Amino acid sequence: MSTDRAYPVPAPGGESTLRIVWIYPDLLSTYGDRGNMLILARRAQLRGIPVETIEVRSDQRLPTTADIYLIGGGEDGPQALGAQRLIADGGLHRAVAQGSVVFAVCAGYQLLGGSFFAKGTKCAGLDLLDLHSDRGSTRAVGELAGDIDPRLGLPPLSGFENHGGRTHLGPGVSPLARVTSGIGNEGITEGAWRGKLLGTYAHGPALARNPALADLLLRWATGVHQLPPLDDTWSERLRAERRAALAARA
Amino acid sequence: MPLRAKVASSVSRTAAALSRAAGRGDGSVIGGWIGLKIDPDLLAHLSAGRAIALISGTNGKTTTTRLTAAAVGVLGPVATNSLGANMPTGHTSALAKAGNTPYAVLEVDEHYLPQVLEATNARVVALLNLSRDQLDRAKEVSMMAQLWRAALVRHPGVRVVANADDPMVVWAATPPANRSEAVQPAPVTWFSAGQRWRDDSWVCPECGSPIERMADQWWCTGCWLRRPEPQWVVEDDGVVDPAGAWHKVVLQLPGRVNLGNAATALAVAAEFGVRPADAVSRLAGVTSVAGRYAQVVRDGRTIRLLLAKNPASWLEAFDMAEVAPTLLSINARDPDGLDTSWLFDVDFSPLRGRQVLITGDRAFDLAVRLEVNDVPFHHVRTFSDAIASVPPGRLEVIANYTAFQDIRAELNRVN
Repeated sequence: MSTDRAYPVPAPGGESTLRIVWIYPDLLSTYGDRGNMLILARRAQLRGIPVETIEVRSDQRLPTTADIYLIGGGEDGPQALGAQRLIADGGLHRAVAQGSVVFAVCAGYQLLGGSFFAKGTKCAGLDLLDLHSDRGSTRAVGELAGDIDPRLGLPPLSGFENHGGRTHLGPGVSPLARVTSGIGNEGITEGAWRGKLLGTYAHGPALARNPALADLLLRWATGVHQLPPLDDTWSERLRAERRAALAARA
Repeated sequence: MPLRAKVASSVSRTAAALSRAAGRGDGSVIGGWIGLKIDPDLLAHLSAGRAIALISGTNGKTTTTRLTAAAVGVLGPVATNSLGANMPTGHTSALAKAGNTPYAVLEVDEHYLPQVLEATNARVVALLNLSRDQLDRAKEVSMMAQLWRAALVRHPGVRVVANADDPMVVWAATPPANRSEAVQPAPVTWFSAGQRWRDDSWVCPECGSPIERMADQWWCTGCWLRRPEPQWVVEDDGVVDPAGAWHKVVLQLPGRVNLGNAATALAVAAEFGVRPADAVSRLAGVTSVAGRYAQVVRDGRTIRLLLAKNPASWLEAFDMAEVAPTLLSINARDPDGLDTSWLFDVDFSPLRGRQVLITGDRAFDLAVRLEVNDVPFHHVRTFSDAIASVPPGRLEVIANYTAFQDIRAELNRVN
């Protein structure tokens, strides 16, 4: 997985196209979640990597051979329904076993764990990440920022969160970040990762504000050590502007 | 009216006048706020004896309220909150200011509909649409539909005029009581105003099954919910009424969405006994609404202001805007909602090929979005810079709420 390759980059499985699946946009698409798919596709294409994006509705079978799976946010009802259908489908488990990348935000992040609460009921999750979620006493709404696990080698996380859940991590996962502003999992840590699975409460188009995180997912998916840099002027200005807004508030 | 209400009403009018005179605001909220402090039941007292229509929904309510007030005006004086002050303070101000009018047409923020329905004992309520709006604060779409539905169950006497094209609205307007033998409220009057934005209604609010669509039709694959047959329909550049008669509608307002709003206005007015043939000519008198659609000439540029607050209304704005240089302005202050995620729910590709300028507090969020959307743009710091950056001729301005108000202030609060 750690060899540098020439471009264009072949995706795993011997195919030349990077396949990105957006899981259940009919259920889990609340906060501009489409953005993550668009951003990953664009950043791959700019590196000469051909991309296929696939939107899989909740009444369709999940393909098991894609390179990246995305799960978005949603209300309680659709979240519970989405989890049930993903468990019944079994496709995501097979894809993960084969080494696919999963990036999940908000409700999608919660349902990767062992259990979560929706409409006051404890629901079974996919058990792909060693974590479980319950309800907090307050809703976490606002800017979310944190210093990302140094092993991932990324600049600080910048995002927006809006959730009523609190997430408790088990020993089988690492926090994605240490919270510097906002709540994240429980006010101290934010998100979680293990292998090539990564979840965050930075909802919606989290990758718009975190292009380096988008590139990490692309590196995981392609096995390429270093991707050619892109012009991220506008993302950098956005990050700086958000940082300044947080500093002004502090 | 009880003495306390009379005093409250009078103080309310005075405060509104003072606010305007002091240049502090347009007086559409402060008067009602003070009045309600003196008499908490002031809105109910001011509503008594009036035939009232409430207009609510995520989008188009200010414009539809204006059009409806114009249509109902056939019958006599109409009180209305035409400045878009759509919470109880605004309603109280509007009714106090108008004095004794036999009719009132009130725009109502969708969260406040149950409360205002209770206070005003309205005769008609028009339900336009429900879509995602200000996600960091507003109730999510299905919760809002539930809120409306519960309110209608408590008011079986109210006449409901509702959009047949929006599954969430149809579900809200068809509470269980309306389908049982025990209670027989007046049937809903359905209009077809179209639904360009569909991403909040793919899942049935009744049973959770997928909703299927084909052309104008939609139906739940798992239960009874389906598109009702509308009695009021937009056809070509006119509106067909329940009797099947077609009325040509001439509007000063752009876009097919406003034809839908006109159909809604005629349907609501008909509930008061207004014949559409008598009302259509009055609709042409509505030019701009609290600055929306206003046109201003400045330095040789004809500037038109379009308000777009959420994904659904951005799609409408692209439909209305001409192929011309376009300024987009985005803020994320309290009234706008603090979360800009929705930018990725909007497809900006209709703007490709136009000169696009961006500005506002959150212009960089927009910049990242447009880059991913392959829409070239230039960032400008001020509205004056924007004007200077485009050739003489038309400049379309599309902005969200406070960004719109900022630009309107630069243009001397154009109405």
